[in-house]
Amino acid sequence: MLPHLDAAYNLARWLVRDAHVAQDIVQESFLRALRFFDSFRGDEARPWLLGIVRNSCMSWLLEQQRWPGKVELDAEMIDTLPQAEGSAGSDPLLALESRRIGVRIDAAIRALAPQFREVVVMREIEGLAYAEIADIVGIPIGTVMSRLSRARAELKQSLADFRRQQ
Amino acid sequence: MSNDDDKDFSAFVRQHASRHTASAELRSTIRADIALRSAAFLPAPNVTREPKRFWSWLTAAFASGAVVAMALMLVINQWPSDESIRRELVASHVRSMMVSHLTDVASSDQHTVKPWFQGKLNYAPPIQDFVADGFALVGGRLDYVAGQPVSALVYKRQQHLINVFVWPSTAVPARGRFVADQGFNVRRWYHLGMQFWAVSDLNEQELEAFERLWLPAASGAASRAPS
Repeated sequence: MLPHLDAAYNLARWLVRDAHVAQDIVQESFLRALRFFDSFRGDEARPWLLGIVRNSCMSWLLEQQRWPGKVELDAEMIDTLPQAEGSAGSDPLLALESRRIGVRIDAAIRALAPQFREVVVMREIEGLAYAEIADIVGIPIGTVMSRLSRARAELKQSLADFRRQQ
Repeated sequence: MSNDDDKDFSAFVRQHASRHTASAELRSTIRADIALRSAAFLPAPNVTREPKRFWSWLTAAFASGAVVAMALMLVINQWPSDESIRRELVASHVRSMMVSHLTDVASSDQHTVKPWFQGKLNYAPPIQDFVADGFALVGGRLDYVAGQPVSALVYKRQQHLINVFVWPSTAVPARGRFVADQGFNVRRWYHLGMQFWAVSDLNEQELEAFERLWLPAASGAASRAPS
């Protein structure tokens, strides 16, 4: 189950948008998953584990709505910045440009409603199959596809000005 | 919107969006969880593949049975004895230092620690910083005692860590100290509708001094109200 840790954390982090909460949820989900560890050792482990993570995140988000007084500081903008690694080679300008695009895309994804955000994260970032996403979220494959296409349309719209420059 | 456009767009997003990876700390915590869990519960690995479905069904049935039985025991026993709570808290104190999971929220600011518990517990633990008295707030953590989530506050006195477990209690328990166990001192007190249990390797006198900081001064000053 450990190989799926990054996928679990990435999903949680994108959904709750807080590093501490995401860590708590992931640890809690692993503890819950471990109770049934033996029966899910195989390939089924990933959708099953991500399903637990996803549901915990959704309940946490619901809980947040019920406590409107509590607004989490979204530290994402701050702590994604230092991650600018040299994927664009050694040219610092190129690296900076690539990071600038990343910040815009991250912001656009973060602005999506949770049910659209989750399909985008699972499909575009994690590269999961439609069937797997349907399994995790508990909706038909057709719904996954329609949510995904609506999410993409929203993303394209919020990035419209930006993509024209590219 | 053509399919090709979607493909390009997906590639564009995949290339630039952040993929968050788990911290080394989380990874080691979970690795420890897995090690503990498998050492405690796992039978020898199944070699045969065929009857797996049956076994998985049986395991699930057994596990849910165990959960029901545990819940039933909790209902019947109401709340476990002081002695068993004390043992659980000492174990939790030791564990908090073993698996590098001392705090979920690391902050010396009570106004950071307190809101962190909101939404995780159905009560707000009173939190105070006694840095002026030599007991610095290190952070807070969610813990489990007798199957219930409770808040654990972490304080530091020189090199000694103190775990303070806090939960609401309708009954007013006797204030007092418990026999030192495995070198740890344990004290319990009651304040503002909450039970407090402090566990530490700190010596008895200093731990008692720490307890007194929490309680309103005996001489008239009725409320040293926590924030």
